[in-house]
Order: sequence, then structure tokens, then C-alpha cells
Amino acid sequence: MAVASAPPKARRTTPWSLLARNQLAVAGLAVVVAVCLIALAAPILPLADPDATAPANRLLPPGTPGHPLGTDALGRDLMSRLIWGARVSIAVGLSATLIAAFFGSLIGLVAGYAGGRVDNWLMRGIDMVMAFPYILLALAIVAVLGPGLLNALYAIAIVNVPFFARNIRGITLGLARREFVDAARLSGKGHARIVLTEVLPNVLPVIVITMSTTVGWMILETAGLSFLGLGAQPPQADLGSMLGEGRRVLFTDPHVSIVPGLAILVLVMGINLLGDGIRDVLDPRLKSGALSRPVARTAVLRGAAPEAPAHPGAVLELQGLETQFHVGGSVYRAVGGVDLHLQPGECVGLVGESGSGKSVTAMSVMGLVPTPPGRIAGGAAWLEGTDMFAMTDEDVRLRRGRDVAHVFQDPLGTLHPLYTVGDQIVEAIQAHAPLPRRDAEAKARDLLALVRIPNPGERMAAYPHELSGGMRQRVCIAMALANDPKVLIADEPTTALDVTVQAQVLTLMDRLRRDRDSAILFITHDFGVVSAICDRVAVMYAGRIVETGPTEAVLAAPAHPYTDRLIACVPVLGDPDRRLDAIEGRPPVVNALPRGCAFADRCPRVRDDCRAADIALIDRGNGRAVRCLFPVDAPETGHD
Amino acid sequence: MMAYIARRLLAVIPVLFGLTLIVFFIMALIPGDPATAILGSYATPENVERLNRQLGLDRSLPEQYLIWLGNLMQGDLGRSYSLNRPVLDEVTERFGATLILAGTSLLLCSILGLLAGVVSAVRQYGLTDKIVTFAVLIGISTPSFWLGLLLILVFAVQWRLFPASGMYAIYGGGDLPDLLRHLFLPAVTLSVVATGVIARLTRTAMLEVLRQDYIRTARAKGLHESRVIWRHAFKAALVGVIPVIGIQAGFVLGGAVYIETVFQWPGIGSMLVTAISTRDLLLVQGGVLVVAAAYVLFNLLADVAQTLLDPRLR
Repeated sequence: MAVASAPPKARRTTPWSLLARNQLAVAGLAVVVAVCLIALAAPILPLADPDATAPANRLLPPGTPGHPLGTDALGRDLMSRLIWGARVSIAVGLSATLIAAFFGSLIGLVAGYAGGRVDNWLMRGIDMVMAFPYILLALAIVAVLGPGLLNALYAIAIVNVPFFARNIRGITLGLARREFVDAARLSGKGHARIVLTEVLPNVLPVIVITMSTTVGWMILETAGLSFLGLGAQPPQADLGSMLGEGRRVLFTDPHVSIVPGLAILVLVMGINLLGDGIRDVLDPRLKSGALSRPVARTAVLRGAAPEAPAHPGAVLELQGLETQFHVGGSVYRAVGGVDLHLQPGECVGLVGESGSGKSVTAMSVMGLVPTPPGRIAGGAAWLEGTDMFAMTDEDVRLRRGRDVAHVFQDPLGTLHPLYTVGDQIVEAIQAHAPLPRRDAEAKARDLLALVRIPNPGERMAAYPHELSGGMRQRVCIAMALANDPKVLIADEPTTALDVTVQAQVLTLMDRLRRDRDSAILFITHDFGVVSAICDRVAVMYAGRIVETGPTEAVLAAPAHPYTDRLIACVPVLGDPDRRLDAIEGRPPVVNALPRGCAFADRCPRVRDDCRAADIALIDRGNGRAVRCLFPVDAPETGHD
Repeated sequence: MMAYIARRLLAVIPVLFGLTLIVFFIMALIPGDPATAILGSYATPENVERLNRQLGLDRSLPEQYLIWLGNLMQGDLGRSYSLNRPVLDEVTERFGATLILAGTSLLLCSILGLLAGVVSAVRQYGLTDKIVTFAVLIGISTPSFWLGLLLILVFAVQWRLFPASGMYAIYGGGDLPDLLRHLFLPAVTLSVVATGVIARLTRTAMLEVLRQDYIRTARAKGLHESRVIWRHAFKAALVGVIPVIGIQAGFVLGGAVYIETVFQWPGIGSMLVTAISTRDLLLVQGGVLVVAAAYVLFNLLADVAQTLLDPRLR
């Protein structure tokens, strides 16, 4: 499976260097600069008089000596007319842009800053103008003012005012309520000064973006009006009117119209490339380069793969799993060699802080880690003895939802907003069982009843946003159970829920696994939840398992200092004096992991040995293991 | 749902009302005396005054507007002096042609734009994506009237595949195949820019949607990737793209002005250009009003379609 190219590097850089890195934008800039320089230099270039007619030389083909692009129907030199015409077109396009930007921004600033009634009235007016097809309004204005280049310029500028007004108003509205504006107001500055000195600098990028993305349009539209004979009037010519004149001799001498059209195309294309580049640089949402979509399955790029599972009886076993994110040249080792297995009917808790790699571990199994930027870099996921990472995409797809099903956190985001919950469950059923619609619907109703949703028949027709958080989570669980999966991976299924609902969902899942003998991998950061449902527990820190063992044993006597602190974080009812220690410090960043123990910097028991070398997961018998040289329950010997 | 549609229909009324206001007052801003313009500069003052009275121009502007609006309600848009026939007759006759052209183009650009956008997003950074992105860039940078001329040169003059102008053949035409043959080139030309815009936005919308958690859910269910793309991602992306298609209706209706001129299509656009050069302002007024009203209705359709698609909007 190929890996799509990585998103642009997210280093801190100046806008100019960002723009310079965008090759297309640079090409656009080069075209625009070249065209503008030639147009500016028109008076000093050795060109023929663009308006000098010469009936004897009419309609000469391109390449004629003295007339490199030929001549038009009146014998005027096309090269010269083209350059002088481009000069007019660019000047008109830029002027229209500046006028539209000025008045549009003014309206936007006033409306956004004043808010309330002023805003309301101004925007009503703008909406009214926008209710017209843009070109039509320009035409109506020209009809009133009369044909002519200047009138065409005004018309194009006026119809573009609403774009600026709307964009700038949106930003200003947000800024006008911000603290720094309030501060300026309290310091006694006048409104006009606040708008000019505090608000305007912040909306300037938006104005520039809007300008750079509309100037191409404005040049096209003025050319269009001239083409129709409503813009530049003879003998004055812009690119559009040249095209209009060329049209009369289209069939006999197409070069007269092809040349100016091509010039418009090149110029506008250059402007658009540059404009897109400027927008990408100034638009903060695109700056992170995060807008690449995940493909259907996580890329697998591993060296030597494990040959056989270590726990042959397990329904699912992860062996040396390594999952990485490659972002802009740095490698984030989200999962750094995880071993984990689930027996049929067993519930294993995977516990850790956010960012510890537990969700990535879970999503790696079925290839649901987004690629780009994620990739599986090592290890194996054995599903009943078959390595998931060695399967074809189609084989993985067939097992998703059928053998291994997921319940994700945040049920509002994980259910499709545009389909009823009934449709979504039916779809999950039909994805793996060729049931007729009617039977699938009956089964979906049964599933909803199973997860204790009242009136399942009615709820089938509900959309996710019409249900409560607890209901949605039950729908997700029902959907996951649609095909009696062998393994259920539940990623913080109760975090978004309130305590009573949480207890209900936990009871439900516990009953389901006992009734159906499904294994559950339960991901959570909450040891309270773990004690309620899990047979065994694995604690993750910085992408690795640091302690594992039977739940009661670990809870009663945690061995790893990190586990110890995590358990100490669970509030106990009726024991208000118990200290709720948040663990001091932060977990290390997984693109710069320290040598030795990753918890060393936050550990109260840290010694020099901890930082010396990689620490192995040490087997302690009774199914317990810990990745620590100086476990909590061991006597503190060996002090120097 | 019906209640929502009824509400939206009611909301259209003030917009239409606003359109009449703008159209009327733009025309009222015309410098000079319409009566003089109609009668010519050699008209006697008495004649000018009589015509002014006839046209109601001796009254105040608000009064004129109300009279004009009243006439409009009764389907009286005035009389075109250059054609010497009621504006309404001319406008309705030509509006059909414009609607055929603009409607076909809108259909073309929606289908092609959506398709190109989805394919481009699904193959992000791939060859298809690069080709589509480049084609879109050329599409939105090309002057459509020039493209029309090129297509005429190639398809009508060189290869003689399609007629260069008109809506029906002068002899022996008039049936549907004849119309389609004439429609092909102008409709394609008119749809190019809008296709580019829609493709671009669809691509962005798809990329945005494909990152959502519910797409991961769809994949986790074991759905076929084509189903994930088309049923899950595309539907969600469409909600955001539909208003843009509504806006493109405006660009297509407006762009028809150029294309109808280039292909001599007997629609409102070419009528408007002629009317502007002959200063037949009542005809301009009527044409602009009808096309603007059509645009409002297209947007209404887009609104309703969006609401049908997204239950959260109901």
C-alpha cells in the first residue's frame, strides 16, 4: 500500500518563505510580474503605434516581419495593441479591486464593529445586492451609466463590494468583542481610531485574501463587458475589446481573437495561482497543512514481522506493535512495541493518560489509524492466528465489524448526522449478512432493545442529534454488536456520559460479553471504570505498556510508580480526605523519547539507573509484569 | 418539512420586493430625460411634457414606483420602444431559451464538478488529482466568451460537428435532436467556469468530511470503500456544496449574456446586450428583473434541497 506524500512541513516560518516554497504560486508570481513589467514598459518598448491604421497591411498573419503577431482588420500591429491593451486591462482590474476592497471593507468594518441595528441594515442591503446574478447587475449598471471603460470599471467594482463586505464583517464581528478592543475603548480612544488601529490590522489578511482571489475575476469581467462592446470604446482598446473586434473576422483570421484571449488566460491564471498561494499562506486553517484525508486502511511498512503468535489460544494478540506518525520530517512513535492479548470472553482494560497511545493501539488492529500521517511500522496483530497486517485490504474490510467491532468515544461525532440510527444499524448488519431489508430492520430493533433503548421501533427513525448522549452511545454499542463480533474494542465509551448512564452502559457491556462470549478491549483513563468491568489491566505510558496483571492484584498492589499515581487519582466515595494528586509534569513528547524510562522525569523514585538504558517488561509471576527497575511494592533497597 | 418550505417561500417575498426596488431605482438614476431620449433631441417641449405625463414621470419617485409595481403585478412591464411590443411578451419568449441553456449548463457543471471534486479528493496528491486541479485552474481562468469562439472554430468550422450559432436550424429543424445539436457548444462553454468552481469546493468539502469520525465509523463497520465515499462522505459533503451550486446558478444565468452573444442564442442575455446599446431601458429593466427572480428561485430550490438532505436544518 502506497503512502501519500506527507503534508507540508509545519515549521515556524515567515509568510514569504512559505509562499516561496509553493512552486505553483511562485510560477504565478513570475507570470504576473512579467506581464506587469512588459505592460509598464509599453511606452519605452520599440512598439508600433497601437492605433495607427494601415489598410494595406490588414490581417497579416503572425510571423510577418515587423508584425510578430500579425495585424488586425484595420492593419494595426497586434503585438503593440496586445501590450497596450494588457496595460489597460490590468489597470482597470486593479482599480476595480481597490475600489471594491475599499468600500466593501469599510462597510464590513462598520457593520461588524457597530453590530446591532446598523449591522442588520447594512447586511440586508448587501444581501439584496447579492440576490442579483453578479454579471447581470454589472450589466444593469452599465445600462444606466452608458457604455464606456470607466463605467464598466465602476460596475465591476460595485458588484464586488458585497464579497468584501461579507468577509470582512464576519471577521470584524468576532474581533469587536475581544479584550484588546474593549481595552482600547476603555482607554478613551474614539471608535474611528479603534477601528483603524486595533481592528483593521487584524482583518488585513482577510482583505488581502479576498483581493487576491477576486482580482482575476474582475479582469475577466471587465474584459467581458468590453467584449460585448460595453466597456472600452474605440480607438481605446483593452484585451476584451480586442477580442470583440477579432470576433468579426473569426472565421477567416482566427489569430486576431486567439491572441488576446490567450493573453487574458495567461494573466488570469497567473493571478489565480498567486492568489491561491497567498490564501494558503494567510489562512491559518490551511497553514498547518492538515487538510489531507485518511485512506481506507493504515499503511503497513514494517521490517521483519513476527512469525507466530505467542498466545495461541488468544482471540486477539498484539505482538510488538509499533505505530508511528510521520509529520513534517519528524517521527512520532505513538505506539512503541506493545504486546497484549485477549482470551475469548475476557475483558482487558487498557489504561493511560490522553496521549499515551492507547487509542492508537486499539485503532491499529483494524487499520483505522489515519494514513497519512500514520503508519504501522512493526509488529503483528493476530486475529485467531492470522496476521491482520499481512492481509489484503479486502480481507481486512471483511473482518471489520464482523470479527472486531469498535465503539468510539463521542457518539455524536461518530454517528453519521444525515442518516437515521435505524439506517446506520441496518447498514452495519447488511455489510456482513445478506439479509433482506425487512429482516435487517427487525434485527436492528432487537439490538436497540438489547441495549435497553425504550421504544426501539420509534427510535429507529431518529437522527443522532435527536437522541441524548447516553442513547447515542447505546446506539453505537448496538451497532458494534450487529454481527456478534469476537472482539469488541471500546474506546472510552463512557467518558462523555454522566455517572448514572456510565454505570448503566458498563453493566450492559459486562452482561453482553458474558452472554455472547465476546472479548472486550476496554480503553479508559479511569481506574474506577477498570475495577468495575475488567479481568486484566494493562497500563500504558508514552506508547508502551508499563504494567500489566489481573485487575484486583494491580489495584491492590500497583508495582509501577505511574500505576500507583494513577490509582491515587481515583476519588473514593466517603473518603473526602484522600488527596487527589494530579501527576506532576507532562508525559514526554513521543518524537523525542528519552533513553531509559519515559516516566523518569515525573517519578518520585527515580535513580540514575533508570535513565541509563532501555527497561524491559519484567515478568513477576501470577500474570503480572512491570517495566520498572524499582517497583513500588519492592523494598527500597540498593540505596547508594 | 412542508412547513419549512412554506416558510422559505414566504421569506422569498421580501427578497423579490427588494429586487423590484433596486431595479426601479437603478433605472431612476439614469441621467437625462427619458422622454427626450425617446423622442430625440429635436422634440418640442410640449411633446416632451406630454410624453412625461403619459409615462408618469411628472410624479414623485415613490409614487412612480408604486404605479410601476402595480403594473408589474398585472404583468405590465411597459412597452419596448425599439421592438414596439410589450416588454413582457419579448421577455417571456426569450426567457425560455435562456432557461434551456442555463438549466442544461447548471446540470452539466453540477454533475461534472461534483464528480471531478470527489475523484480529486479521493485520489489526493495522485495523478488524477493533479490533472483535475490543473484543469480546474485553466477552467476558472479562461474567458468563457473566448472559449466559445475557440469551440466554434474547432467544432463548427474545422470539424463541422455542431452548428456555430442559433437555437434551431433555419430549414427543416425545430425538433429535439436539432435543439440538442445547437445546445451542445453553448451549454458546454457556459458550464466550464462553474464546473471548476464546484469541483474545487467539492474537493475541499470531501477532504474535510473524510477526516470526520463518522467516516472512521463507516470504515470500522466494514463497509466497502466505494460505499464509504459515496454514501457517507459524498452525502455529507453535498450539504456544503449545494448552496454553492445555487450561487453558480447566478453565474450561469449571468454568463449567459456572453455565451448567448457568441452563439447568437435567442435568449434574454443577447436581448439585454442589444437593448443596452439601443438604450431600450424598459427592456433592460424587464430582462434584469426576470433573470434576477429566476436566480432567487434557483437559490430557493438549493435551500430546500439542502434541508431535505440535512435533518439538522429542519
